[in-house]
Amino acid sequence: MEPVFADFDLYLSAFWLTIQLFFWSALASLAFGTLLGALRVGPVAVMRRTAGTYVTVVRNTPLLIVFIFIFVVAPSLQWFVGTPFLVKGVIALSLYTSAFVCESVRSGINAVPLGQAEAARAIGMTFGDSMRHVILPQSFRAVVPPLASVLIALLKNTSVAAAFGLLEATARMRGFTNANADVRPEIFLLFALGYIVLVEILSAGAWTLERRWKVASR
Amino acid sequence: MRSNKIRKTPVLGAALLLASLGLAACGDAGSSSSEDAPDVEVAEDAAAEFEDGTKMKELAESGEITIGVKYDQPGIGFKSATADMPEGFDPEMGKILAASLGIAAEDITWKETISDNREPFLQEGEVDLVLASYSITDERRAIVGQAGPYYVTGQQLLVAADSDIETLDDVKGTEVCSVTGSTSLENIEKEGATPRGFDTYSECVDQVANGTVDAMTTDGAILLGYAAEDPDNLKVVVEPFSEERYGVGYSKDAPEMCQWINDTIEASYEDGTWEDAFAATLGEAGVDAPEQPELDPCEA
Repeated sequence: MEPVFADFDLYLSAFWLTIQLFFWSALASLAFGTLLGALRVGPVAVMRRTAGTYVTVVRNTPLLIVFIFIFVVAPSLQWFVGTPFLVKGVIALSLYTSAFVCESVRSGINAVPLGQAEAARAIGMTFGDSMRHVILPQSFRAVVPPLASVLIALLKNTSVAAAFGLLEATARMRGFTNANADVRPEIFLLFALGYIVLVEILSAGAWTLERRWKVASR
Repeated sequence: MRSNKIRKTPVLGAALLLASLGLAACGDAGSSSSEDAPDVEVAEDAAAEFEDGTKMKELAESGEITIGVKYDQPGIGFKSATADMPEGFDPEMGKILAASLGIAAEDITWKETISDNREPFLQEGEVDLVLASYSITDERRAIVGQAGPYYVTGQQLLVAADSDIETLDDVKGTEVCSVTGSTSLENIEKEGATPRGFDTYSECVDQVANGTVDAMTTDGAILLGYAAEDPDNLKVVVEPFSEERYGVGYSKDAPEMCQWINDTIEASYEDGTWEDAFAATLGEAGVDAPEQPELDPCEA
């Protein structure tokens, strides 16, 4: 353990990068995923199909492949060459996670009784208005648990960035274990603990939200 | 410090380059196994040489040995997708060690090791020996045996041919890649560069070639191998700024192996097979064989 505690600032800065990757990717994929979800149930056939194709393609692609595309293939075509690594990491993670957010949001939309949408249309709301004021607020309540699972997966998926130039927690752990082969299990445990703490914070937040919204809807 | 210059490599050109590299590698693989690789004389009736109960006796009697090497370091330990056997200085040293047990090169089972699994492979008996640019350190010696060193190298930088980086001071504030978790990456971080870890050296070289990062760093020997593959676009700069002493890894369960490894390396110094092995591998990059490193004594 001493090697890690002797350089504890490195441990913390690695998890700080993990948190940054998670935060920006969560924000971007919640926004983009919700948009995709709305498009998938929307009235315009082209958009419905485009969003559907995106979800099918991305969800069937391993995250590693998405990372390889952004970090290895794209620069060889001179795309993203000057882009900061953090931004590239956020792009890769968000492109991937959005597909899963989209499907969660869609399941929430399906959970809203059809009468709600019909009532919204009856009082003259457009598709956008009824989404914003009637459907999405109700569907978000229904999808807190599955969305929390998607975000927890995202948090752990940030570790894929370790092999793509980002010195987040997993990359730092590999540095520590390489230099201190004699205390490998302890280092593993300490880094695993970091991830567990972050996931616990996230699930506690989701649980609070779930409980509060449940009460409000009664 | 970052150069945002866009190098306009036509995609087709890059594809052709890759294809030709692939073909060149095939050609090398074909020729080196027949002509370049030095012949190592396989000891006859080697089992009789070793005491009963030693690991060497066991290996010599079984006629088989499993050696862990790297597959992604040209010149040191490299295996292309189409080759049957890995090539490089480490595999050559492995052949020399196996030969002293009476095991021919064909009977060696090569196993790819990456930096992270070298100790676990030795501890669990997955491999009998590790020759994988395996620097000797106190931390590693606490859990596995390391005999040698049979080669000493040092960390350098690989940069684009038109790069401004000339001295170690120039890396401050630049982005430098290597393999995630490696000692080289840690060292360059201490020099003030932003470390960029990738899974393999080849991915890292790509990042230098396409201008995403400013330099790649690792042992000079590895860098020379890559520079030799693309001398128009890549060059190796700065004097070595670390000392990596490559050792042979063995399990602590068989401490008797240390003396045998050292004796075999010593013998290869004397009969010239060590120099032959170097000339046929790392020497291809135009470097002369260095001084033969002095071996660490084995603890009794």
